[in-house]
Amino acid sequence: MKADHPQAVNEAPIDFSAHTMAEINRVIGLFPEGKQKSAILRILHFVQDEFGWVSVGAMNRVAQILAIEPIEVYEVATFYTMFHLDPVGKNVLEVCRTGPCQLVGSDDLISYIEEKLDIKVGETTKDGMFTLKTVECLGACGYGPMLMCKYQFYERLNKEKVNEMLDAMRAASNS
Amino acid sequence: MSRKLLIEHAEVPGIASFETYRKHGGYASVEKALKTMSPDEVVDEVKKSGLRGRGGAGFPTGMKWSFLAKPEGVERHLVCNADESEPGTFKDRYLMEKLPHLLIEGMITSSYALGARRSYIYIRGEFMYVLRILEKAIAEAYANGMLGKNILGSGYDLDLVVTPGGGAYICGEETALLESLEGKRGNPRMKPPFPAVKGLWGNPTVVNNVESIAAVVPIVNEGGEAYAQIGIERSTGTKLISASGNLVRPGVYEIELGLSVEEFIYGDDYCRGIANGKKLKACIPGGSSVPILPHYLVTKTAAGTDRLMTYESLADGGFASGSMLGSGGFIVFDEDQCIVRNTWNFARFYAHESCGQCSPCREGTGWMEKVLFRLEHGMGTLEDISLLEEINKKIEGNTICPLGDAAAWPVAAAIRHFRDEFEWHVNSPLEAQKRNYGLIQAPLEA
Repeated sequence: MKADHPQAVNEAPIDFSAHTMAEINRVIGLFPEGKQKSAILRILHFVQDEFGWVSVGAMNRVAQILAIEPIEVYEVATFYTMFHLDPVGKNVLEVCRTGPCQLVGSDDLISYIEEKLDIKVGETTKDGMFTLKTVECLGACGYGPMLMCKYQFYERLNKEKVNEMLDAMRAASNS
Repeated sequence: MSRKLLIEHAEVPGIASFETYRKHGGYASVEKALKTMSPDEVVDEVKKSGLRGRGGAGFPTGMKWSFLAKPEGVERHLVCNADESEPGTFKDRYLMEKLPHLLIEGMITSSYALGARRSYIYIRGEFMYVLRILEKAIAEAYANGMLGKNILGSGYDLDLVVTPGGGAYICGEETALLESLEGKRGNPRMKPPFPAVKGLWGNPTVVNNVESIAAVVPIVNEGGEAYAQIGIERSTGTKLISASGNLVRPGVYEIELGLSVEEFIYGDDYCRGIANGKKLKACIPGGSSVPILPHYLVTKTAAGTDRLMTYESLADGGFASGSMLGSGGFIVFDEDQCIVRNTWNFARFYAHESCGQCSPCREGTGWMEKVLFRLEHGMGTLEDISLLEEINKKIEGNTICPLGDAAAWPVAAAIRHFRDEFEWHVNSPLEAQKRNYGLIQAPLEA
């Protein structure tokens, strides 16, 4: 089933952890009465933090929490590119491919990671450790080439730094 | 070296904390405004300063503020646009990461001027770590009586919230940002009504860039007239420039408007020239949406005068031989860069980021990307070059928001100045796969 057509899937809402629920309730409280829908993007980030991606069941639960129709969550989650609507690896490497990074070698960086992990852009390694994606400008143009993983920026990358970064991520995910 | 009004203390250890920021004169503008000035007096100082919106459009901030509708009994809002996503621009991230309290201070003083009691900072989702820095700083500001009820005993109340986007360039457009802030898809709204009349949740709203709001702090502290003394003509004050591309020292610089482009690229206090001893080929001076300039129009105008870092000088020559200061995203190309490849790259960006609401932009950006892809990959024809110009004309001016224009202008400018290089890709496709075209010659009449 293709996740970019969430209405095609009928999944029961799933439960979130106590920590995620506490965070969700906190951010809903930041907005005035009746405007709780404004918290939706932050909530989807929390959901992705917990599960690694945003499933239809999770979106259905978000709709219940915000007391809105599920379609209102689907239309938002499918519009914003940060939300992964399919399962991904433990570490999602999002490499900036836009102009300023390209001027300083993002094409080579992408090829190097593809070769090193033996996957193409959009794929996940067999052990589920890494997913490689390309993204548009991350606002780090003076420090390229760069990538983002788990909201962390890895800047001015070269082969050695990529090797070190991948080793560190592997070790952290295995521990 | 330029005077620094915004980031002078950016590298002071601990400056992200309330205590250290306060020790370096922080929150003086809040004290001055709330204790000694009326809201209208603050607006007047901003008008006198000549401050122009630092997000890209360059619209006078004081004038924007004076358009805010103030009907009885209706709440008003100030929204800070921290969705920094124009390729080549990364100054707001630096400012917020290093000096979160400067933005918060500017938000308080500006919200007071506008009579807003609930203000928001909308930050792009990828800057989640910066959001966390801001959230911590906001909590400190509440704990120290700078936010919340009865700030500094003035009777003025303000709540400030920071909230993230989810990865969409279009949310930097102010009405798309408001849609997103309401928890919806970032589809820009038709204007009018302008946000100043009907903005967030239908309430009158001002949307300002991070740097514009931060600039209100020195304007209130030193007075609008003092601020207007810096700079040239209608380009007053200082500006953060994000320098990227093939430079010895890329990064964020605060300059006094009026600095020469020559000094900015080659000066020891700034970028220190082109990296690896290469030559300058081209420059996009104001973020990816503004026209590219070939090397012979970067440091000099077509008339032969020195090009300056001002709104007026960078636009000198109009679209024929000028560009724009825009957001200050200064992207520099060395002689080894391929203009066709770069133009394709940016076209792909706009095709990816078009929200899809207006057909000319949705379809047009997609076709430009496809046509530029085949030109870059040796499959193009000479007709493709005129086809691009034709698509351009069909997008420009025919869309709800400026993303369509932003996608069309750079392609038009690249063809205008680098037509030989585009034709070379068509006529010598095999060679174009092997090497780059190199520097172009200035036309004889230039």
